[in-house]
Amino acid sequence: MSLWKSFNQGIIKENPVLRLMIGLCPVLAVSNNAINALGMSVAVAFVLICSNAVVAMIRKTTPDEIRIPIFIIVISTFVTISDYVMNAFTPDLYAALGVFVPLIVVNCIILGRAEAFAYRNPVLNSILDGVGMSLGFALALISIGVIREVLGAGSVFGIALFNPAVAATIMVLPPGAFITIGVLMAALNKFENKVQ
Amino acid sequence: MELLGIFFAAFLINNILLIRFIALCSFFGVSTKIDTSVGMSFAVIFVMTISSAVSWMVYHYVLAPFHLEFLRTAAFILTIAALVQLEELYLKKMIPNLYRAMGIYLPLITTNCAILAVAFLAIDYRYDFLRSMVYSLGVSGGYSLAIVLFAYVRDRMALAPIPKWFQGYPIAFITAALMSLAFLGFTGMFGL
Repeated sequence: MSLWKSFNQGIIKENPVLRLMIGLCPVLAVSNNAINALGMSVAVAFVLICSNAVVAMIRKTTPDEIRIPIFIIVISTFVTISDYVMNAFTPDLYAALGVFVPLIVVNCIILGRAEAFAYRNPVLNSILDGVGMSLGFALALISIGVIREVLGAGSVFGIALFNPAVAATIMVLPPGAFITIGVLMAALNKFENKVQ
Repeated sequence: MELLGIFFAAFLINNILLIRFIALCSFFGVSTKIDTSVGMSFAVIFVMTISSAVSWMVYHYVLAPFHLEFLRTAAFILTIAALVQLEELYLKKMIPNLYRAMGIYLPLITTNCAILAVAFLAIDYRYDFLRSMVYSLGVSGGYSLAIVLFAYVRDRMALAPIPKWFQGYPIAFITAALMSLAFLGFTGMFGL
């Protein structure tokens, strides 16, 4: 597989969130404002790229029968690193993301890419696949975060745009997450149908 | 009374699917049929109760005395994966009827993030053993309530005229939004 294709496919064509419907929990839970969404995207990108790289490096010596436990150990190592780094350097963000930081370990995107891509491809391709998938994840997560923050709190990245008293508070509450992603998916269906 | 508060807070007010957004893959994945969502609910109640007891003990009797708290992510996920295998073997041999009823849902549970999340949250809230058991019962009960209700709604929706672009997952998300709105109404109950 060419390097460009490894990088490219995760962004739109196989977007993990809007197309493959995986890794939904953090997308809905931490997208109530754009800063949380950005922080979560960076943490997931770090874990995904590093675990893809390590899995691709050890793929020739990994016994086939116990590959899943080995992947989980690799992933949980990087999740623990990002957990402690965020706790030390960005305590506010860490408190806002809460249990979703350790839960990156069961994010289906990461184990899914280790199994479906990194275990079968060379290191460089796997790193690029990790970068592409992370960008696709970040694109979906941050756009949902921006939409919810603008509609629900009248600001974007914490910068006020209009009077928050006229904003629809429901968009930053849990139901707003379901509404935003549902409408976004329907819009993507319609757009795709028009292109074809 | 405090235990009752913990139970209802986990069951309704902070419903794990509709308010906390944990374990959504299974929420949208298995709720297409009513009987699959009932099977999944029983498997979750069964596994979550046992695994939260075991992971509580692993944290307080193994990790904490040796100051190995930083290993909790790896320790919990391996404990849960091993436990699910053991439970599967035990049920298959000792209670084959229950094993058949749970069917394929038991192995799928290993990747259900609700199980792991409850283990982490019980530690974060500093619950003792009894409280963490009540909490895990509340969470798994809330999971079952939400997923079975959602399965019934989706069952009725199969016959409804839905705009073409909204068919499938988009309308499922809008439905979940309305249910989540209803569950928000429980906020403030029991002074919580």
